[in-house]
Amino acid sequence: MMRKLLEKYPVTSTAILFLLWIILYTALQLLADAAVALAGLPQGAHLTEAVRFFVFEVPKVLLLLTLIVFAVGIIRSYFSPERTRKMLGGKKLFAGNVLASLLGVVTPFCSCSAIPLFLGFVESGIPLGVTFSFLIAAPMINEVALVLLFGLFGWKTALLYMSTGLLIAMVSGYIIGILKLEKYVEPWVYETKAGHSELAEEKILFPERISAGFDAVVEIVSKVWIYIVIGIAVGAGIHGYVPENFMAGIMGKGAWWSVPVAVLIGVPMYSNAAGIIPIVQALLEKGASLGTVLAFMMAVIGLSLPETIILKKVLKLPLIFAFVGIVAAGIIIVGYIFNFVYS
Amino acid sequence: MKVQILGSGCAKCKTLEGRVRQLAAKYQLPVEVEKVTDLQEIIKYGILTTPGLVVDGVVKSAGSIPKDDQLLLWMKGTS
Repeated sequence: MMRKLLEKYPVTSTAILFLLWIILYTALQLLADAAVALAGLPQGAHLTEAVRFFVFEVPKVLLLLTLIVFAVGIIRSYFSPERTRKMLGGKKLFAGNVLASLLGVVTPFCSCSAIPLFLGFVESGIPLGVTFSFLIAAPMINEVALVLLFGLFGWKTALLYMSTGLLIAMVSGYIIGILKLEKYVEPWVYETKAGHSELAEEKILFPERISAGFDAVVEIVSKVWIYIVIGIAVGAGIHGYVPENFMAGIMGKGAWWSVPVAVLIGVPMYSNAAGIIPIVQALLEKGASLGTVLAFMMAVIGLSLPETIILKKVLKLPLIFAFVGIVAAGIIIVGYIFNFVYS
Repeated sequence: MKVQILGSGCAKCKTLEGRVRQLAAKYQLPVEVEKVTDLQEIIKYGILTTPGLVVDGVVKSAGSIPKDDQLLLWMKGTS
């Protein structure tokens, strides 16, 4: 029935859903308190507070996630890799790097398409460094991570994550560009003549964009919700049971080496943004500092071993090392900045 | 008619291949379904995202899984 209504009156039903969303979101604290009261848990007990935290945070983060993913879904329907390529054509270094990083955030991209995309970009004359800016920004700035940071730590943290992520993509791509590493691209890349598909750019009507938004919600939320529930359960569960400063000694601000170590551990690990949230939640809860944890998270989602192995098909080792090294260095710097700002 | 699915092992590529084979069987369409995994082969079609769907050498879609009724129209050769 939902589907039918959405198809028939897309704008009106979306507006009504949004209204419901606002009502629900404002009533969350009330509902959580009511649920705790109904369950008859003793006032002020440890367990009670853990349950209260859980029944408040889970719906809150899921509601935020739904809204953001929906909005991102609509924004992405305005962009396609083909369009992005056209926009980047003929752009020089620097201006190209800035634009490519920004487009990396809004263009729909899956790391499984990294190779065709890389070839398509390089082939059409987009400079190597600009292509890398795109490839770095696309996975690094992740809407799920953005929502979680926003929901759990506020908008300043979310904004800082996004802007530093963009900065890493711009600068890393720019450095790769000025180092002139084109000779480390497998020669067949420049020899292959890529075809040009006649895929017509369809005119998309606004109701279809709305439905693209809903598709994104179904696809992402159905994959990610379980990790969020686990993450918040971990947060609620260890709250007050494991000593507050358990991690502070090894991952706190005092330990200067914690940021590079977190990145070194994070790079070979591979997980989606939601999958590491339980870990992030647990580390932070126990006194690990935000910069260190964020660096770890960026290393896990922004640099992944499987993607690097895929890239081996088109890049020679020196270029792969340069790529991983430069991005990792960028993440380390961001980690220190965060630790500095939040001290 | 020849239907090719371009993609080197992403999750969506497998889904699309399954969908196409299912539809072909269900409606007993005289189509030959082929999965193309070779990168250089894929690039020749000029797509930037996978999965790509090619019907008789013409790229119909890239980067998404089209709806069943749309797939059916292409596979019947009516559009």
